[in-house]
Amino acid sequence: MKEKESLFSPRNLKSLTGPLSAGNPVIVLVLGICPTLAVTSQMKPAIVMALSVMAVLSIGNVIISLLRNTIPPRIRIIVQLTVVAALVILVDQVLKAYVFEVSQKLSVFVGLIITNCIIMGRLEAFAMANKPWASFLDGIGNSLGFGFILIILSFFRELLGAGTVYGYPVFEKIGLYSTGYVDNGLMSKAPMALILVGILIWIHRSFNKDLIESK
Amino acid sequence: MENIISIFVKSIFIDNMVFAFFLGMCSYLAVSKTVKTATGLGIAIIFVLGITVPVNYLINKYLLVEGALTWLSPSFIDVDLSFLSFIMFIAVIASMVQLVEMIVEKFAPTLYNNLGIFLPLIAVNCAILGGSLFMVNNEFQTVGQATTFGLGSGVGWFLAIIGIAAIREKIKYSNVPAPLRGLGITFIITGLMGMAFMCFMGIKL
Repeated sequence: MKEKESLFSPRNLKSLTGPLSAGNPVIVLVLGICPTLAVTSQMKPAIVMALSVMAVLSIGNVIISLLRNTIPPRIRIIVQLTVVAALVILVDQVLKAYVFEVSQKLSVFVGLIITNCIIMGRLEAFAMANKPWASFLDGIGNSLGFGFILIILSFFRELLGAGTVYGYPVFEKIGLYSTGYVDNGLMSKAPMALILVGILIWIHRSFNKDLIESK
Repeated sequence: MENIISIFVKSIFIDNMVFAFFLGMCSYLAVSKTVKTATGLGIAIIFVLGITVPVNYLINKYLLVEGALTWLSPSFIDVDLSFLSFIMFIAVIASMVQLVEMIVEKFAPTLYNNLGIFLPLIAVNCAILGGSLFMVNNEFQTVGQATTFGLGSGVGWFLAIIGIAAIREKIKYSNVPAPLRGLGITFIITGLMGMAFMCFMGIKL
């Protein structure tokens, strides 16, 4: 580790792009499922959630990475939780100030970013052992992978459940309702989110055969 | 009394932690491979929720909400510390889990051995923090109601993980499409269980 690494060395780039597909935090590592399911009934809260997680994860990763040699191993979980909780309070205050409606819609799930397993998992597995810049890229990469899944899920749930995309009434504009089409209200309910994630995993694994679980 | 029972039933079935709010999904998916370990984790969750929710209720009522500090001095009537709730709750949860672990180790070594690694993991389970945050949202009147809510949410979570663990033990013998094996089918089964739990939604208590 003596020689100096360039900012976008292959190893650093891998921690940025890996989480998008093969190491995706949601559908491969099964982390951060709670917000994935709970905030995806519409696109706007989903995107706000993805951005909040990105802010907390990348900054938290850098802070923990800077502190990594001074944290005593026995109390590291408490230290990590404190750093994350402080960042989440900041994010919560910013959301309440600038996008109040969305923050009301997300309700307790902003606070639950603290216990989002993606954040704890990355702090523990990556930031505790790597340099700040690599940890920053890892944070951005993982939250992009997370946001990617959130956007796919919320797109389908909002389109099929309410006939809109980011609040824009698509189905009404193309005149689908006049042909007798009815929105599927179940899409915006809890169970369909789980089933859609199941289907997403199915599609993803049929292209990535090495991820298939043995019996 | 009637009120307590309705809060209990409501938090188990209608506002089930897993099926209605997706809380604690990470450990729900990771630890539900066999009924035995699922039981251990479920009991630990009931235990910790039953303790942390009332403790956080008292902290919220007497330290954090606007005007809560008037018992110290009437001049604190305008002090509103509720923005600190996240950090207070998570600190209480982390220390409570540590405390519960030590007490269980001292007085019930068999239970401690059964729960084993699950107890420390619970500190970062979103069902626990979620329990405290929903407790604030629900605006309970007494400690009794808050405790009931905590215990009820724990029992609801316990039922959900036992159910999925039993199904996963059986589904090992069925012929699931290869890419759906393991994780994928578990999600779909949870979705179907969630639909079943949706029938409780119409109940008015």
